[in-house]
Amino acid sequence: MATRAAIKGEAARLRQLFENAGGVPVETDVLQPADTLLDLYGEDIRARAYVTSDALRGEQMLRPDFTVPVVQMHMADGAEPARYTYSGAVFRRQEDDTRRANEYQQVGYEVFDRTDPAGADAEVFALFHKALDGLNLRAATGDIGILMAAVAGLKTTQRRQAALARHIWRPTRFRALMERFSGQTDVPESRQKLLACDDPWANSGAMIGLRSRAEIDQRIAGLREDAQAAPLSMEEVSLIDAILQVRAKTPKALEHLKEISADLPAIRPAVARFEQRAEALDDRGIDVEALDFAASYGRTHMEYYDGFVFGFYAENHPEMPPVATGGRYDALTRMLGDGAEIPAVGGVIRPDLVLELGAGA
Amino acid sequence: MSIKLGVPSKGRLMEKTFDWFAQRGVTLGRAGSDRDYAGSVKGVDNVELILLSAGEIPRELAAGRIHLGVTGTDLIREKLGLWARQVDDLAELGFGHADLIIAVPACWVDVDTLDDLDAAAAAFRRAHGFRLRIATKYHRLTREFLRESGVADYQLVDSQGATEGTIKNETAEAVSDITSSGATLFANHLKLLQDGLILKSQATLFRSQKAEMSEQDRATMATLLTQLNLG
Repeated sequence: MATRAAIKGEAARLRQLFENAGGVPVETDVLQPADTLLDLYGEDIRARAYVTSDALRGEQMLRPDFTVPVVQMHMADGAEPARYTYSGAVFRRQEDDTRRANEYQQVGYEVFDRTDPAGADAEVFALFHKALDGLNLRAATGDIGILMAAVAGLKTTQRRQAALARHIWRPTRFRALMERFSGQTDVPESRQKLLACDDPWANSGAMIGLRSRAEIDQRIAGLREDAQAAPLSMEEVSLIDAILQVRAKTPKALEHLKEISADLPAIRPAVARFEQRAEALDDRGIDVEALDFAASYGRTHMEYYDGFVFGFYAENHPEMPPVATGGRYDALTRMLGDGAEIPAVGGVIRPDLVLELGAGA
Repeated sequence: MSIKLGVPSKGRLMEKTFDWFAQRGVTLGRAGSDRDYAGSVKGVDNVELILLSAGEIPRELAAGRIHLGVTGTDLIREKLGLWARQVDDLAELGFGHADLIIAVPACWVDVDTLDDLDAAAAAFRRAHGFRLRIATKYHRLTREFLRESGVADYQLVDSQGATEGTIKNETAEAVSDITSSGATLFANHLKLLQDGLILKSQATLFRSQKAEMSEQDRATMATLLTQLNLG
């Protein structure tokens, strides 16, 4: 284990690299209001972040990442375009693996720029690639935007599209929904009974709680409508599967996705962005021929990346968390900005892991 | 030194635990009056009875302050991370059966499965502007279960007692709670979700992996476990 001083030294070195690239150094509070984070991430955040409280401000969380406060700061009074860098401790609960640190340093770089998303993606990735040069890491990349575009383009009801889009980050439920909507699994018996029943309210007992009878009726109407909808075609199911199975070096992956887009035109704009990004990466000297791409990469992270995603992994240390991660999070800015969106991409490096792998380059 | 045995300090759980040990030739009892939390042990030498709240027994086992303890599997799993690396379960005692389940109002005629709950939660959040609230004192177990089941758009609200009443009081929309017969749920106009069983629990004898033992304690432990037919 490197000493705290050494880790801080490495963090300072990395931050200097980010400052040289144009990042304005910023600081954020360690204590973050819990309601904002809960609203964004849901209950899962409680399993990952430490919660504390006082009688005046209520629940606070020990900063689980910098992204949310940096986005809030930028949206409150930032000028565009903007580049920020930061370094400091983040805190993560670890209840299932004692080897994982619950407090560690992160050094980050975030770009807010609406003019050239592909260029900004490439800028961040290339900067991280350079900062981690010499550590013999494997870079993984993906693009959540392609799957999102595919779901939005399915020939099915809007209700089903919305249900799938909501569960893009939960692969198990996503798969179950695909199977249900395509008629591969039976409708649960309880649902069949409900739909067959003339008066669902017979013997329903006392009305209690905040969820009203009107809300329940509305859902039943939705279920009846859904029961009438044609099943998702097996052709479309296999197209989604084909997208999720794309896993190759970037040029080959692009070729696959273009083939798929012949049958699923809705993903063409997303695939075009992928192609522009590959070109922008090539312009910045990244060996795109050797760069891995997987369309399903990043799906099990917290629901926050919605476009380009990347991670750097030490292949010889399979137990080690990723040394760096990042991606595009336009939707997060939309939620935090109350509808005002600013396309954003960024990432973080863990200086402790950089040191552990043998001193920065 | 002696082997410390932690047992729930009151109610049926204590009585049934005393019965279970008595059937195996180990007589546990309170030292003095009913209000005295000191205990006595007959039938095996050098074993000390510690009467504790069932909810504190997991923590005491994990800290190694007691060597053996009787408590519910639900409490061990809720309170101890990586529980299997902190305690060993020696025997299920055959009483104190309780299921940790998710229940919703019986009037939710459209909700019978977790899939329904998830869909109802999404619509609820859109309609009310906040996440559907599930009242529980089993935060970890409930959260893990719902994550694995892919349920979103809910929040847990803490309820340390009378959890079934939270829905009528409109401080929660659903509950995750222990039930043994379902009678309380029914009386409160609630119903179980078909696939909402989180955990089946019963009173169980656990051994701490951390509690220190002298040579003599090891011998005592071996004698006790043999006496209990667990050796």
